[in-house]
Amino acid sequence: MSAIPNATLGIEGLCVNARRLSLLQDASLQVAAGEFVGLIGPNGAGKSTLLRTIYRARRPDSGKVLLDGVDLWAQSARWGAQRVGAVLQDMPADFPLTLRDVVAMGRAPHQAAHAAENAHDAALIGAAIDLLSLRHLQDRLFATLSGGERQRALLARALVQQPRLLVLDEPTNHLDLRHQVEFLDLVRGIGVSVIAALHDLSLAAMVCDRLVMLDHGRVVADGPPEAVLTPARLRAVFGVATVIQRHPTRGTLVVLPE
Amino acid sequence: MTMRADAVQTGPATDPHCALALLRAAPPERERRSPAWNSLSDAVAARARLFRLSMLAYVALLIAAIFGGLMLGSVSIPAGTVLRVLANAALGDGWIEPDWRAAHEIIVLQTRLPRVILAAVVGAGLGVAGMVIQALVRNPLAGPSILGVSSGAAVGAVLTMRFGLTAFGVFTLHLSAFLGGLVTLALVFWVARTGGQIAPTRLILAGVATSAVLSAFTALMVLTSPDPQLAARVLFWTLGGFASAQWALLPIPVAALCLGLGVLLLQARRLNLLLAGDESAAALGVDIDRFRRSMFVLTAAITGVTVAVAGVIGFVGLILPHIVRLMLGADHRVGLPSVAVLGAGFTVGADLVARWIIAPLELPVGIITALVGGPFFIWLLRREAWRMRG
Repeated sequence: MSAIPNATLGIEGLCVNARRLSLLQDASLQVAAGEFVGLIGPNGAGKSTLLRTIYRARRPDSGKVLLDGVDLWAQSARWGAQRVGAVLQDMPADFPLTLRDVVAMGRAPHQAAHAAENAHDAALIGAAIDLLSLRHLQDRLFATLSGGERQRALLARALVQQPRLLVLDEPTNHLDLRHQVEFLDLVRGIGVSVIAALHDLSLAAMVCDRLVMLDHGRVVADGPPEAVLTPARLRAVFGVATVIQRHPTRGTLVVLPE
Repeated sequence: MTMRADAVQTGPATDPHCALALLRAAPPERERRSPAWNSLSDAVAARARLFRLSMLAYVALLIAAIFGGLMLGSVSIPAGTVLRVLANAALGDGWIEPDWRAAHEIIVLQTRLPRVILAAVVGAGLGVAGMVIQALVRNPLAGPSILGVSSGAAVGAVLTMRFGLTAFGVFTLHLSAFLGGLVTLALVFWVARTGGQIAPTRLILAGVATSAVLSAFTALMVLTSPDPQLAARVLFWTLGGFASAQWALLPIPVAALCLGLGVLLLQARRLNLLLAGDESAAALGVDIDRFRRSMFVLTAAITGVTVAVAGVIGFVGLILPHIVRLMLGADHRVGLPSVAVLGAGFTVGADLVARWIIAPLELPVGIITALVGGPFFIWLLRREAWRMRG
């Protein structure tokens, strides 16, 4: 069966500056095809900035974002959106858009400039809405949905984009405990290449194949959760003493404050 | 829009594996599988029906307003005569026996027709420009006049009149109004911009402040002018009107407005994406900075040209997009054509009222749009406040 291929992502020597402030300094990392990579680090470490260079919201000042070896910023915005789907923290809702309107936006990069939605688009939108159990909410105004429902709608929007790489920026921010795990397990189940900024270190260790730790705009650690999450490093980067244990059923690392 | 409870489940049984397989299938595979799935609910169909119905109503309103505009005024001309005069003009001599007074033909063809055409095009331009600006700044309360574009264009026009500039012939006025609007918009955005983001509140404050300065500047120019007629001419700009409509001056502004409208109507999908915020729009393939810049230039151009030919007509660009969105939702593919037709009909109607209500004298049309639009806008704000409270 022919499926959408998963992309590899290469970040090479990325620098982003804002005025005199350096948000990212010479950051490099790799995401293999189908790999789930977590970006961790304290607030202001540069996680969101790095992700923004991948979904083309911020052009890097130097360095490269390579998608399947192709320089993303040398291509058109549309080229990027046909390959990279992003789930952002939230979406403004000042205008009367329904949930279905929002999900349907994900088809835009694949449609001709003024073509109407066709049967395939409608089918993909329906499949994504069903996959995320949003069918009963599809005609509700986006502004009236709960945080968790919005987050699922934004994932549905990214999925109808048929991305080869999924970018998640703190996707579990607005979710309760059950939906956090459900959401990330669901993304894992899709099997697409993922790069996700995650706040919760235990959650990150649970779902990610590999973790990349950022601090002050630099990559300070990169490897499997066991290699990255050490008490010494967490004290150095987060400035907090921690205890690290094994999850009793999943066997993944659990990080607790001491 | 009410929905039956059983209307919700219109898709097939929800099988997550099936859904995922479809979403991750490459094109040929996808096309084999997809017809089985359907995301079109009754509400989506109802919305499409509503669009067709309301479009019909808007077109009917426009036609009624145009006929009213051709029939009524200081002299009333029967509808039959208007129709035959129009048909005669369109078909040429020999088809219809002219049995009307020559004065009526002149009134319909030379006085009222250019005026109605100009009002229609200006109304469509203002409505569409308003809707686009609201999408660009992601604020349903924005509009060409609130953001200072109109007063900027008026300053450009008044400068031309005050100093008798004629570098580009009769179109010097149009050009300077356009430049005035553009420069003002750029200024307002520069003031409102903080760290690459444009906060709606700052934008409106910047627009209000800039408008105040520009209005003062206009008043200063008028008061210090040696030309005693200038004040009366400037009053025309600040209140708007179509009294100066004549065939000779029509083609270029009408062509410019139609061209601008055409380009804007084609941007509907990208404007939709903009409603989701800059970050989302970028992720969905919009080159935000370039797109926004070009849209601003275009809307400033349209507003500038409308101000040049008809003065500052307030509230059309603010209220009509609101009405359309209340009825049809925020989709610009539906909203832009609707607001164009509704804007045309509303403005032709307002112009009719303006020259009919105290005939043979006439009021500036801006007074009518403000008298209708102002209270409506206040009601809209109150309604939002009531809704928020409970």
